[in-house]
Amino acid sequence: MNPTWIIAKRELASFFNSLVAYILLIAFLGFTGFFTWLSGNGDVFFRKQADLKVFFSIANLTLFFFIPAITMRLLAEEKKSGTMELLLTKDVSNRQMVLGKFLSAFLMVAIALLFTIPYYITVSTLGNFDHGATISGYLGLLLLSAAYIGVGLFASSITNNQIVAFLLALLLGVMFQFLFGIIASSSSGWVAELFNTLSLNNHFDSISRGVIDSKDIIYFLSVAFLGIFLSEYVIGKRK
Amino acid sequence: MNIKIENLTKKYGVQKAVDDISFEVKTGEILGFLGPNGAGKSTTMKMITHYLNIDEGDVIIDGQSIKVNEMKKHIGYLPEHNPLYEEMPVMDYLKFAAELQGVDKSKVDDRIKEMIVMCGLDVEKHKKISELSKGYRQRVGLAQAMIHDPDILILDEPTTGLDPNQIVEIRELIKTLGSSKTVILSTHILPEVEATCDRIMIINKGKIVADGTAETLRKTAQGSQVLKVKILGPDNDAVLEALNNLSSVQNAEFINTEEGRFEIQSQIDMQSNEDIFRLCAKNNWVLTEMIPFETKLEDIFRNLTVN
Repeated sequence: MNPTWIIAKRELASFFNSLVAYILLIAFLGFTGFFTWLSGNGDVFFRKQADLKVFFSIANLTLFFFIPAITMRLLAEEKKSGTMELLLTKDVSNRQMVLGKFLSAFLMVAIALLFTIPYYITVSTLGNFDHGATISGYLGLLLLSAAYIGVGLFASSITNNQIVAFLLALLLGVMFQFLFGIIASSSSGWVAELFNTLSLNNHFDSISRGVIDSKDIIYFLSVAFLGIFLSEYVIGKRK
Repeated sequence: MNIKIENLTKKYGVQKAVDDISFEVKTGEILGFLGPNGAGKSTTMKMITHYLNIDEGDVIIDGQSIKVNEMKKHIGYLPEHNPLYEEMPVMDYLKFAAELQGVDKSKVDDRIKEMIVMCGLDVEKHKKISELSKGYRQRVGLAQAMIHDPDILILDEPTTGLDPNQIVEIRELIKTLGSSKTVILSTHILPEVEATCDRIMIINKGKIVADGTAETLRKTAQGSQVLKVKILGPDNDAVLEALNNLSSVQNAEFINTEEGRFEIQSQIDMQSNEDIFRLCAKNNWVLTEMIPFETKLEDIFRNLTVN
């Protein structure tokens, strides 16, 4: 069996053995469910449109908070408890370990999204439903999660304190989520262009509307891979 | 499998934690790694297992450098402080370790059973690791190190936290394993090295300061044989003079004039026991005590590491 998969499996099991997985699932489904169905102002019934637009934008924000909570321990705890030494003195390369950790967090988010499939099924029966846009929206959420996990993993790789990893991931997330967009809209010329490209929200907006553009996919994947690559680099530099 | 350490060096800034260390350990040999805290024992072991990057030098196993990832499979490693995944049950953890080490799927269960018996974990096998006492945690650490039946075992302070009975058991275990494997273990406990190791290596400030069996270390530290004898003769001064006149004796002096106790230092590379006995027999003196004086390992250790 591939070490990456063995590590991912163990990590996923440890999410479910501690309360982490359950708290996150309940909170994620609670938030997104409330705003999709019950909040009154802006929910599916208020807008009288059978789509998951509200869900996608709320899920985006919820994941922005929750993914750092999932990723903060991935590498920081291994470093603190010394178990990283056990992993890396076996036939496991730095990359395999980092990928395993990434995969575990990604699967955790995928499981959370899987639980929202009932939203999809119920809303689709309510009216004229755009299946393509919804599937594209889900794809967008998965890509967005991959990018956030990359950022979170990197934050977790440079410290052995989970709180620091969490806050740093959140800080970097704020940049991608809000700051770059704000800078772009308040400047002009190539600066605006650059920050527009960097802003995560722009890319997510178009994909959640059902426009699958290779530019957006490449953007999310590059952020994710950059995170993985930098984590691997940091882990490889250990003294 | 032989393991060869070549000019291993690790620098932290300008300070050299490990300074140009070279040695070789052969199959069936148990090497005891001794040294004061901060001497570079753990750093050396971490480089041998390639957890830490090697600044200079190399570690060669069977002609291949440890820098090749696959070579790690030949090593079983128990790190210092024995880190473990606290939240996992013992059985699950051993399974995880076995899978990571690439133990054949059909053999995983058998290996786990074997390890549980070998390390005496049967009673505790379903508990979570966080619920175990320190001694049992140490056994889990040993079990995970040996789960894939490696040719080389690197054990960083394997007996810390064990009670005296467990220490004896673990020593026996290491000795049994040592007959067919290459073992490097580090410790602060000097009697432990004498009890388990075939060869002792003392390092201080990143350098090897002594290397050999306990006996050779003693011999080099002491120079020549020293005996303490008690002889009942008519005249102690005459006895002393006769002793000093023996050809194999370099120097004899009183420890206690009244009781007739002497300390006798032999000539280098000579034994004076026989001559002393014959001298007493010839003169009809009574030889009541003859004790070879051994330099304690503690003294050798102190001499080499305190400057």
